[in-house]
Amino acid sequence: MNFFKQGDFYIMANIISDETIEYVGILAKLELSEDEKEQAKKDMGSMLDYIDKLGELDTSGVEPMSHVFPVNNIFREDVVTNGDDSRNILSNAPEEKDGSFVVPKTFD
Amino acid sequence: MSKEYETVIGLEVHVELATKTKIFCGCSTAFGGAPNTHTCPVCTGMPGSLPVLNKQVVEYAAAVGIATGCTINRFCRFDRKNYFYPDNPQNYQISQLYLPICQNGGISIETPEGGKKTVGIHEIHMEEDAGKLVHDEWGEASLVDFNRSGVPLIEIVSEPDMRSAEEVIAYLEKLRLIIQYLGASDCKLNEGSMRADVNLSVREKGSSEFGTRTETKNLNSFKAIARAIANERERQIDIIESGEKVVQETRRWDDTKEYSYPMRSKEDAQDYRYFPEPDLVPVIISDEWFNEIKAKQPELRDEKMVRYKEQYGLPDYDIDIITANKKLADIFEETVSLGSSPKKVSNWLMVETMYLLKEKGMEPDKVTFSPANLAKLIKLTDERVINGNVAKEVFEKIFDEDIDPEAYVKENGLMSVSDEGELKAVIEKVIAANPKSVEDINSGKLKAMGFLVGQTMKEMKGKADPASVNKILKELLGI
Repeated sequence: MNFFKQGDFYIMANIISDETIEYVGILAKLELSEDEKEQAKKDMGSMLDYIDKLGELDTSGVEPMSHVFPVNNIFREDVVTNGDDSRNILSNAPEEKDGSFVVPKTFD
Repeated sequence: MSKEYETVIGLEVHVELATKTKIFCGCSTAFGGAPNTHTCPVCTGMPGSLPVLNKQVVEYAAAVGIATGCTINRFCRFDRKNYFYPDNPQNYQISQLYLPICQNGGISIETPEGGKKTVGIHEIHMEEDAGKLVHDEWGEASLVDFNRSGVPLIEIVSEPDMRSAEEVIAYLEKLRLIIQYLGASDCKLNEGSMRADVNLSVREKGSSEFGTRTETKNLNSFKAIARAIANERERQIDIIESGEKVVQETRRWDDTKEYSYPMRSKEDAQDYRYFPEPDLVPVIISDEWFNEIKAKQPELRDEKMVRYKEQYGLPDYDIDIITANKKLADIFEETVSLGSSPKKVSNWLMVETMYLLKEKGMEPDKVTFSPANLAKLIKLTDERVINGNVAKEVFEKIFDEDIDPEAYVKENGLMSVSDEGELKAVIEKVIAANPKSVEDINSGKLKAMGFLVGQTMKEMKGKADPASVNKILKELLGI
């Protein structure tokens, strides 16, 4: 997988360290093989390079955008509209017990 | 311990708002439903579902902000806080990081030394609650109930301005009363509608640098908070005294063992990778909307306390008890508006009501009697239709069943006897039967009067008017 094809002469500006890829793996709860780690390092480096292009633009005086649509204040009134849909909701559970989703044993 | 240490405490308080529905969907927030019966694709994080903000959440959050002296950000928006945990179905929590709704406030508390101080409020933001994990005792699994997932919360983040458990509790009590007065939440620590996380560090007295802080979670009562603070202070001092360094970490308090242990390991690094929530548009609070919210603010406790003194001339002691609960304050004001004397209403609330609440293990919020019936009872005693002891009995009936005291007194023949002729006959009988007491009174031991009054009341089955009994008794004894 390589999102951003680059020429042979291209030198990545962003080098992803082993520690970083390890850390990202922990955050994403992914276990990668050594080969996958190397590939992911390359992919992430080129993605960051691509994004660095944005830094070349002069954005001084541009308001940071908070949303792509020029709309605001979309609300619901505080009225109950949903009934008991637990049967449908629980049909998405890989495993169900006593009306609850079953997950691996988890401690707080 | 050779050095003196100062404890520095800041709080993160989560409060469940009293809305009927969740923050981003039309599911009920009612407590205690069967697992997953208040869920939908939005609050269970199904792909493709979209959140829509509950307007009431914004109004409650702004109301709390106004009442705590915060600046209300007229432009605010939501952010995603990313983490994996089974009670969090989306794998992110919608919260506010960059532009929270309220900032830079503070509330005044009384310190244990008797002074006043302001505890700063850094910010208040809106967010959604997570589901509930139940550990399956029979299997190697946990069960998830998403009824609580998406229940609206506000998180109130204080500045590190508190220095003792007493100050922390004073702050929490003040905050709780403000929010209860606003009707924004019932703020019950034991039911989890108010939760406090304690950020604590210690430093040598006089130092201006902060020490390394820890965060303690799972504190479900004021007692647990006080114990956890004392415990964490000692733990950190021990570490520093032994020449080691306090580690910044989150700890979980175990109230039965009275000790805390670190909650998250390195594997669970706290890196939430916040980014603006793309599924929700910004919230803009116009001047018009802001003024509407402000106009709806009820009178808060501090204002009430001043007014009760000025308008009703009540003693500080009474004011403190009555205004400590909005329900009691409401009953007080309504009863007074029906024409009863403020001090008499106050006495019924402070003495009998508090006594019955304690007796029955009830919270003041659960009081159901009507101000009209209390006003009628006070009128019956003012007009000496019934005496004080009978009134207490009748009040208990009002407290329990909200009976109409006028009808009840009539039906049960509880009217006081103040007919002089009838009373005189009884008192003469009592005097004749108790020559020892009469002798005592004649030799100056006036205490014996009380005994004779008591005997008369007994003869009259409690229905005599005490003032008349006293008067006749004195006449007959010639004193």
